[in-house]
Amino acid sequence: MKAPSFAYARPGTLAEAFDLLERHGEGARILAGGQSLIPSLNMRLSSPELLVDITGLAGLSGIESLPKGLRIGALVTHAQIERSPEVKRHAPLLAQAAPHIAHPAIRNRGTLGGSLALADPAAEYPACAVALDATLVIAGKKGERRVKAGAFFKGLFETDLRPGEILAAAEFPPADKAVFVELARRHGDYAIIGLAGTQAASRKRFVFLGAGATPILAVNASKASSLEEAREVLGKDLDPPADLYHSSATKLHLARVLLERAWNKL
Amino acid sequence: MTVNGSPVRRRIPARQHLVDFLREELGLTGSHIGCEHGVCGACTVRVDGDIVRGCLMLAVQANGCKVDTIEGLSDSGELEALQKAFHERNALQCGFCTPGMLMAAQDLVLQKARCSREEIKRHISGNYCRCTGYQAIVDAIEQVLNGQG
Repeated sequence: MKAPSFAYARPGTLAEAFDLLERHGEGARILAGGQSLIPSLNMRLSSPELLVDITGLAGLSGIESLPKGLRIGALVTHAQIERSPEVKRHAPLLAQAAPHIAHPAIRNRGTLGGSLALADPAAEYPACAVALDATLVIAGKKGERRVKAGAFFKGLFETDLRPGEILAAAEFPPADKAVFVELARRHGDYAIIGLAGTQAASRKRFVFLGAGATPILAVNASKASSLEEAREVLGKDLDPPADLYHSSATKLHLARVLLERAWNKL
Repeated sequence: MTVNGSPVRRRIPARQHLVDFLREELGLTGSHIGCEHGVCGACTVRVDGDIVRGCLMLAVQANGCKVDTIEGLSDSGELEALQKAFHERNALQCGFCTPGMLMAAQDLVLQKARCSREEIKRHISGNYCRCTGYQAIVDAIEQVLNGQG
């Protein structure tokens, strides 16, 4: 189908963007890569009055090394993350996750910020952000605020972003080891279930995607001292919702399969 | 914007997708419209050198960009080897997916000198063909990439 009618603005400064968002309130939607928003418009699931295209804003792009970790601008695309030597070196979890996102033509447009701000429960970056204990940098009219990824994802497609705010960047601390694994029926399809695993200062963190309304940190499995124990206690951490093809029990089984694969690589 | 090397200037509604603009305003009907929500890949075109979904990009977002379509790549001879291989290997039946498939395949050819069948399959995983079963398509792309024939 075709998208409904809407107005379109491409502000050149953050101040202009905040003004537009304030003036149009609920009627405005932020457009970045558009790889989730435009399908939802095409299917008439959403009908905003105004799209505020933020791709002309300075300061939201670029990958930058920090004293500890990496800052990635919200407008950086999946393809840029996939190819970046800095990401490979300082945040290999993201470099491993990016090729799982859809297909090359979509990765050329879709952005890190778009994926984090949409908070699709089956998306890769939200789980990576929680696993790496990333900090999200949020720009608003009154200035910048910073939120830990664990507190940012609040529910199904629901985040800590307030009306009028724009996600500007994410900062990823380094991990000693990282592994990303995911199961999908066909490469690039939505994950049935996926796992972002990290190890920093001998502490493991296993965060699942497609296992609930938000990325889910498997608290018990992350503390386990052996693979056997981790597999066992994962049942306490996860109660994955069934989808059209997979029961909850199947998803839990597949989560254990991924846990074993990740454990053996960390 | 520049389309297939020629400058184009139009006033268009904000809601118009890039692929609709190319087809309806410019008559470039080689880029096909299948699913219109980014799943099938029939509308694949190139914007500033990168392949994109023509149905997931608004035409206004391509303002000032360099857009290349199957017509441009075909006329310039850039796709000659792939087109020949698709023909020889019978890598199409109804042909609906072929323009998108060629655009995606050429993207891989430009990125890599050699490729495994697995890599080829992954690269075209976003392009649906409902006739061929893909084997002949992968054969044709492999023939061009790896010179196997």
